[in-house]
Amino acid sequence: MAEKMDWRRARLRSMQDLTEDIRLFEIEPAGEFVAPTPGSHINVAVQIGERPDVRSYSIVGPCHDGVYRIAVKLLPDTRGGSRYMWSLAPGAQLTISTPGNHFELGLGRPEYLLLAGGIGITPIYTMALALAQKGARFRLYYACRRRQDLALADHLQEQIGDRLHVFVDEEGARVDLAAEIANLAPGGELYVCGPIGLLEAAKRTWHQSGRPMDQLRFETFGNSGRFASQPFRVRIPRLGREVEVPQNQSMLDALEAAGIDMIFDCRRGECGLCALDIVEADGIVDHRDVFFSDEEKAENRKLCTCVSRMAGGTITVDTADRAA
Amino acid sequence: MTDAKSFPLNAWYAAAWSHEIEHRLEARTICDKDVVLFRRSDGQVSALEDACWHRLLPLSMGRLQGDEVVCGYHGLVFNAAGRCTYMPAQKTINPSACVRAYPALEKHRLVWIWPGDPALADPAKVPDFHWNDGTEWVGEGGTFYNLQCDYRLVIDNLMDLTHETYVHAGSIGDEAITSSPFDVTHTDTTATVTRWMIGIEPPPFWAKQLGRPGHVDRWQIIYFQAPSIVVGDVGVALTGTGAPQGDRSQGVNGAFLAAITPASEKSCHYFWNFVRTFRTDDEQLTREINKAHVNDGRGVYDQDHVVLESQQKAIDKNPRLPFYNLNIDAGALWARRMIDRMLEREQGNSAHVPSEAAE
Repeated sequence: MAEKMDWRRARLRSMQDLTEDIRLFEIEPAGEFVAPTPGSHINVAVQIGERPDVRSYSIVGPCHDGVYRIAVKLLPDTRGGSRYMWSLAPGAQLTISTPGNHFELGLGRPEYLLLAGGIGITPIYTMALALAQKGARFRLYYACRRRQDLALADHLQEQIGDRLHVFVDEEGARVDLAAEIANLAPGGELYVCGPIGLLEAAKRTWHQSGRPMDQLRFETFGNSGRFASQPFRVRIPRLGREVEVPQNQSMLDALEAAGIDMIFDCRRGECGLCALDIVEADGIVDHRDVFFSDEEKAENRKLCTCVSRMAGGTITVDTADRAA
Repeated sequence: MTDAKSFPLNAWYAAAWSHEIEHRLEARTICDKDVVLFRRSDGQVSALEDACWHRLLPLSMGRLQGDEVVCGYHGLVFNAAGRCTYMPAQKTINPSACVRAYPALEKHRLVWIWPGDPALADPAKVPDFHWNDGTEWVGEGGTFYNLQCDYRLVIDNLMDLTHETYVHAGSIGDEAITSSPFDVTHTDTTATVTRWMIGIEPPPFWAKQLGRPGHVDRWQIIYFQAPSIVVGDVGVALTGTGAPQGDRSQGVNGAFLAAITPASEKSCHYFWNFVRTFRTDDEQLTREINKAHVNDGRGVYDQDHVVLESQQKAIDKNPRLPFYNLNIDAGALWARRMIDRMLEREQGNSAHVPSEAAE
């Protein structure tokens, strides 16, 4: 289900650092407050250098008080949305959308498994609170790299007690996904939000368990890969063009900025419309989309330019342009 | 985002008779929402948003494949939870691809759906419509689908039966209705209009059902449950046999049942039945009573149908003309008050369509 999202003015009421690089923003919308459902996000108009752009952030908590809360992790080496958000001061005027939901929480399932990696906790946190309030059966597995990276964990502990299971990578703790999925009641659902590695592991394990794929729900942020974002070069022999993709810009944005005509829709690696044919890649293609299957990604014949990139080096691609 | 509506969304509404929903796709419009209904192989009913996620073609134009709906345009498949399980020409499925699944259940021989917030859809909130179960009370019933009037006009109609005297003269209408006093009471969610007519000549319909000579005491006890259920406990008993005191053994008792479901602001589906506790094995009588209500334009409800649609047309042509209310409208006004309160709770303080004023 897709809902219509309207833009409106809003004001940044306050901020609070949840960790050294995760900041909670409290945003008061002007006009009518549209209540979010668990899994919702709002879009925020951001400024990336000279360029206006839009970022989606999951809503944190039920927001019963008419204030939207989002949490933004400062990612200095990505596309610049988080840097913009972190540059804001209380009282800042913002333009935001009403909530949309690509990650809706199904109701009435016999059991739920929630899996969050890092900043992926934001929608999962909201789901956990909603499920606890309903008295639903659920478990939340929250993985992150270092203990000091845990955001919202104390509050979660208070609210959901021993249904919260924390796994700190640096301390050698790993979620045994296969075992947890095996323990899930038939008809139960798994909700995943986190980096692409976690998501792919969850998809594979879920698939191997033989459970219906529609009962694995996930949301992508489209900006996490197996490799850190680096600048790379795109060569398009058909057009005789070479385009540099800076570290803080997507390949799609860089191609568009260079005047290459592109077709796209979701911009988060789901729809596959922006995919281009790979002619040659002299390095590693970091597939960050959820459109291509594992097999297709391994074949390296195409890439989703909205999210995927090269881990450095040069990629030679072909576009849809044809001489008239 | 929340446009003010004249109907609450957080309520169970009748969408179909149970027997109408089989293992095939059936479209309905409920509260301005297009819904496709079907019965799954486990016997349960599913209700999905009737528009494909991809290009919005009504899914009801597609087909069922097992318990999944195949869009008739590009073959996307949605399961009973509304999640996409197949997309053409790709190996994966876009994770955000789904259509809305409406809470649906069956009770009292009807399929009910909840068009509002699914988190609030409590099965215990299905209106009491047990008279329609086909057990103690017997009747066939039917539906006026897409009746061209605001659903509240039907409620007005049923909450004040003085109209029987004028609309249904010759069957159930009687001057005694207009001259007998009535009593109106209410709770937070219900309103009840009670009228007793003591020692009257029975009108033709009731004289025939009673089949005994003499004056009767006639009762009409009309019970409204917000937002749109009306049940009328009606009947006659020989005068002096104690019916007003509770002994109806020397009489005949029926009940008119109405589950009125808004289709749009100006149209509705009127699920009706007339059930009875007398001669319950007499199937011919069941058919006759049904025909007395709806019969190619000649039944009692056919007469109401004409009045209600004409009334809506007149309202549309006289947009500034308010309704004037008479003392006979007390039951209807309490019913509308309950609806207004539901709307206020649901839509907050944002203006909803006020029911007393001009439409």
